[in-house]
Amino acid sequence: MEPFLIAVIVAATPFLYAATGELVAERSGVLNLGVEGMMLLGAVAAFVTALTTGSSGLGILAGAAAGATGALLFVIVALGFSANQAATGLALTIFGAGASGLIGQGYVGEALKPLPKLQAPEQLAEFSGVRILFNHDVLVYGAFALIAIVWLYLNFTRSGLRLRAVGDDHHSAQALGLGVLRIRSLAVLFGGACAGIGGAYLSLAYTPLWAEDMTAGRGWIALALVVFASWRPLRIVFGALIFAAFDQAGNYRETLNIEIPSQFLSMAPYLATIIALVMISLASRRSDTPACLGREFRPDR
Amino acid sequence: MITLEKRLAPSTSASILSPIIAITLTIICGLLMIQAAGKSPVEAFDVYFLFPFNDINTYLNTAPEDRGGLLYQPAEVLVKAIPLALIGIGLAIAFRAGLFNIGAPGQYILGAIFAGGVALHVPENLSRFIVLPLCLIAGAFGGLLWALIPAFLRVRAGANEILTSLMLTYVAALLLDWIVRGPWKDPAGFGFPQTPDFPESAIIPIILEGTRLHWGLALVLIIFAVLWFILARTVTGFRFTVTGLAPKAAHFAGFNQRGTVYLVFLISGALAGLAGAIEATSTIGQLQPEISAEYGFAAIIVAFLGRLHPVGILLAALVLAITYIGGENAQISLGLPKNATLVFQGMLLLFLLTCDALIHYRLRWRTRRRA
Repeated sequence: MEPFLIAVIVAATPFLYAATGELVAERSGVLNLGVEGMMLLGAVAAFVTALTTGSSGLGILAGAAAGATGALLFVIVALGFSANQAATGLALTIFGAGASGLIGQGYVGEALKPLPKLQAPEQLAEFSGVRILFNHDVLVYGAFALIAIVWLYLNFTRSGLRLRAVGDDHHSAQALGLGVLRIRSLAVLFGGACAGIGGAYLSLAYTPLWAEDMTAGRGWIALALVVFASWRPLRIVFGALIFAAFDQAGNYRETLNIEIPSQFLSMAPYLATIIALVMISLASRRSDTPACLGREFRPDR
Repeated sequence: MITLEKRLAPSTSASILSPIIAITLTIICGLLMIQAAGKSPVEAFDVYFLFPFNDINTYLNTAPEDRGGLLYQPAEVLVKAIPLALIGIGLAIAFRAGLFNIGAPGQYILGAIFAGGVALHVPENLSRFIVLPLCLIAGAFGGLLWALIPAFLRVRAGANEILTSLMLTYVAALLLDWIVRGPWKDPAGFGFPQTPDFPESAIIPIILEGTRLHWGLALVLIIFAVLWFILARTVTGFRFTVTGLAPKAAHFAGFNQRGTVYLVFLISGALAGLAGAIEATSTIGQLQPEISAEYGFAAIIVAFLGRLHPVGILLAALVLAITYIGGENAQISLGLPKNATLVFQGMLLLFLLTCDALIHYRLRWRTRRRA
């Protein structure tokens, strides 16, 4: 059980980054389906940077910058030119998969040393709970810190309130003098940087190497996670751990005594998301679903 | 600074120019990226985009008795264009009605599974003229069923069809994975995740000897003729367009909104399913975990690039098919990675969406001033 729980926390980390970033973008009213592409850009940039400079810190920064660069493309096309957001997001995912493959081509087969892990104090190492919570790297703890910060920001700051207002009613927000497109652009860029770090985690720590399509659909799971969490940051933690548990359960089928084929375990997050979405939609009056999610906005004057 | 100013009416010339500009910009930027990756852009252009024309040229300049196999590559372009065009036209109908069905990859997979189910379970000695139509109808039905779920959830619960259809795509991929590794796995397949080969009666025959071009092409052309007629000349086609452009007007005209949602999803799902069925019963000939379901996403590019119009979509399907085959060639002859093709496809859609802004807006230089 213990290795399973450790694996779940580790597997949840990329979901946490990507989903938290996407949550902020969606709360501002933008549906960016490019998460998978931005993660791949982040993964390749982080890996190449860490390998050539020898610094994982720079690698993480490069991952965030690459994710944000992908998001910038989305901002220009979908917000600047009012293009369909779903189509733009898909284009970004396709482009990110291609560009990352091209950039990383010369680095396939190289390996990095994984990020250093926090050692548990010796006196406490005998407790199983301590061993599960320690022995992780900085990005794992950073993910939980990030969610706490985003939760505080959205619920307790003026700027967070503005961001939600823009997502819920862009016309009223504009009438109040808020720069709708500026706020949305920043939210999407933040989302891109987070997705990039999520990708960086994969290529720096999870499996410290570069391979084409190494995100393996995690960006799509992150998108599902935002819906599953009904657009609330703290529920993302809960959802990410559940989704990661389903993701990992396939590998630990023998220890956990599971008879169900692993494909059905992997399906569960998607099915749960559909059910959650239906329930949220039926009870729409009291939900946190951004009312303007995915709708285009042109400031009129 | 530059701002966008709404046009009084959408510009037709911009609508036709936009794909041409987008393709040009994509080729230029894509080749620059390939140069940055250390490969020759001139060679890449030749390998990626000119090969079908080069091959046809060689074919025409070769004595008839030596022509064997020279048309293989141009025919491959048509083979790839078949599923892309079918899915693309279905998506175009949905987009016209303002509904964003992006779950085509899942509907495609279900089509392949249903067609495979028929192909693997019919008696051996049944005629091709019974088995093949059964496979294709089953495939269309499978895609239709899978598309019905987001339509139902949208109509009944108001659930966002973009998100539900997307989630179902991954459910479908995992379902196929389970089927080919579990219940339908070939017992004589040396443990490979695949079903047995389909019987000869469930394989679409080849049109052109020495290539893989099959009679699915004729089916596509017939379907396009019918859909063109429906979209351009019947009330049903008008209903889709009105629902997309002016939902309120559609309501007052007495078009049932819910009915339109169902109809549009059924059509686009059935076409995606049919594409999956055709692919399974032609070039693949069995079920395996990887059946090119990503055509379902590429078909979104096809629909937009083809201006949601049947003729445009046929041309756009050829363009996308060329990038696929060109990408495969570039992998072999230039050593480019498998995903390099996606650079072109992703950029094409990004440029296209950007250029499309010019249909509804004009660019204006504006000096900043406060009202």
